[in-house]
Amino acid sequence: MNLVSIPLPALFGQLTLGLVNGCFYALLSLGLAVIFGMLHIVNFAHGAMYTMGAFVAWLALHAFGIGYWPSLLLAPIVVVAFGVVIERLLLRHLYQLDHLYSLLFTFGLALAVEGLFRHQFGVSGLPYSIPTELEGTFDLGFMRLPRYRVWVVVVSIAVCFATWFGIERTRLGSRLRAATENAALTSAFGINVPILVMSTFAFGIGLAAFAGVLAAPLVQVNPLMGSNLIIVVFAVVVIGGMGSILGSIFTGLGLGVLEGMAKVVYPEASATVVFVVMVVVLLIRPSGLFGKES
Amino acid sequence: MNRRLILVASVFGLLLVLPHVAYPVLLMKLMCFGLFACAFNLLLGYTGLLSFGHAAFFGLSAYVTGHAIKVWGFTPELGVLAGTVTGLMLGVVVGAVAIRRQGIYFAMITLALAQMVYFLCLQLPFTGGEDGLQEVPRGRLLGMIDLTSDVAMYYFVLAMSVAAVWLIHRIIDSPFGQIVKAIRDNEARAQSLGYDVNRFKLLVFVLSAAISGLAGALKVLVFQFATLSDVHWHASGEVVLMTLLGGLGTELGPIAGAAVVVLLQNGLADKVGSLVTVIMGVIFMTCVLMFRKGIAGSLAGLVKRHPPA
Repeated sequence: MNLVSIPLPALFGQLTLGLVNGCFYALLSLGLAVIFGMLHIVNFAHGAMYTMGAFVAWLALHAFGIGYWPSLLLAPIVVVAFGVVIERLLLRHLYQLDHLYSLLFTFGLALAVEGLFRHQFGVSGLPYSIPTELEGTFDLGFMRLPRYRVWVVVVSIAVCFATWFGIERTRLGSRLRAATENAALTSAFGINVPILVMSTFAFGIGLAAFAGVLAAPLVQVNPLMGSNLIIVVFAVVVIGGMGSILGSIFTGLGLGVLEGMAKVVYPEASATVVFVVMVVVLLIRPSGLFGKES
Repeated sequence: MNRRLILVASVFGLLLVLPHVAYPVLLMKLMCFGLFACAFNLLLGYTGLLSFGHAAFFGLSAYVTGHAIKVWGFTPELGVLAGTVTGLMLGVVVGAVAIRRQGIYFAMITLALAQMVYFLCLQLPFTGGEDGLQEVPRGRLLGMIDLTSDVAMYYFVLAMSVAAVWLIHRIIDSPFGQIVKAIRDNEARAQSLGYDVNRFKLLVFVLSAAISGLAGALKVLVFQFATLSDVHWHASGEVVLMTLLGGLGTELGPIAGAAVVVLLQNGLADKVGSLVTVIMGVIFMTCVLMFRKGIAGSLAGLVKRHPPA
């Protein structure tokens, strides 16, 4: 395949789509990393929370006439409320056990949540239209850039960096990092660690739900949108390592762009390119690009 | 010892009579998934490695066996052998990559690699894509025994399953199995005793993958088709559930777990339709929260508390 023979607009179109996908990878892997750092669990239900965010937005619009903008806040709140109830009632009891049990628990949760949506809405996608303010395209001369994609990229990157700032540069963040490092010692300083744990979990799945609302107008809202994504995000997390916040952001964005490139250059490989990168990284640098081996 | 002999003999007697009283295809399905779960348990229950991608071995082997028999005209026994070797070779590749990380990462890597196999199966021409591979003939075993009869097929599957379960039993009981269990219980200690931990892990992984491949190969003979659902991550999750429900690290528990899951799915599919996934998910969560010993582990606990007079 000759790169020169590819029309430029198609190339840039796929690149922006890749960047958009990369934003979702970044938002989801960031949430996974934050939760993993604090609770030491890998949240398999992260994809289901993303799906749930999209469905809440869809339901809000079609049942209550609540539009896109309020949903950006409302859907994460609903999903977080659901997640926190699960965490407090059930998941909490698994923290002392082998991490594998919490992975299995959240896997079961993901199955149950997706199954419910599938039962209720079927597998065909439900359309969710782009808010009127973001319809249309920017004409850049060499290509037309849909406004909605620009919005998704800008807001995702802003949220990612706000998260990085919050964790690495604020007082609350330093408490969070302290609790991650040594929970017992941190609570000895009078910091309420269980609340921190719960809010971290809430924040992580809130990010997933937020990503779900962002994705709703781009993809058809369907029960499997989360599980298809989460497996790729797992690979992203393995590539980037879960130790570093900036690491997960850059890895997510980079792999999204790479996938977009693959769609242009060699479409057959676009579904597997992330996994291939994962294998290569594991062979060369097993602890991930930004990871520290514990 | 005598009682044990009587028990084993009566179980075998039952297994031999069973196809004449129950529906053989269902029994074969139970055996295929029971074997799959046993193979998985060898890895999770005895080595402590959680693979979230075992459907890759099961499913790809099913495709290869089906293709070898249908297109290349392999006899059933050679087809099953081809499937097992496929599982084994894929196990070497996946295992070599995945054992570079531990715990949670191991699970995520196997899941990702299995997803890669899924996409390959979706795109490669020989798998029939979304339609799957259909109308695989059962053929004649060793050129003599006609397997189109469900009862003959049953005895073939039974013989293969019993042999494989016995092999797993021997692996667990062997000195090799003891070392593997030592790695599960304390990897650092096993390493400090001078065992090459990664080599043992890889070997168990490959054995487990090969036996999963055997289970997939038998499955394609029984049902005469292979589909994408065999390689899908749902199937990987199901085998985890079967093993967990039956009892991690118990020799026959996974068979019981597989039986419960398969019978539930069969019984519920026409009653509740797509709610089956929800029920599976709820069982999964319940098992993890309250029933971590599984069926066999709980039974063993009961027997210990109330020893037979």
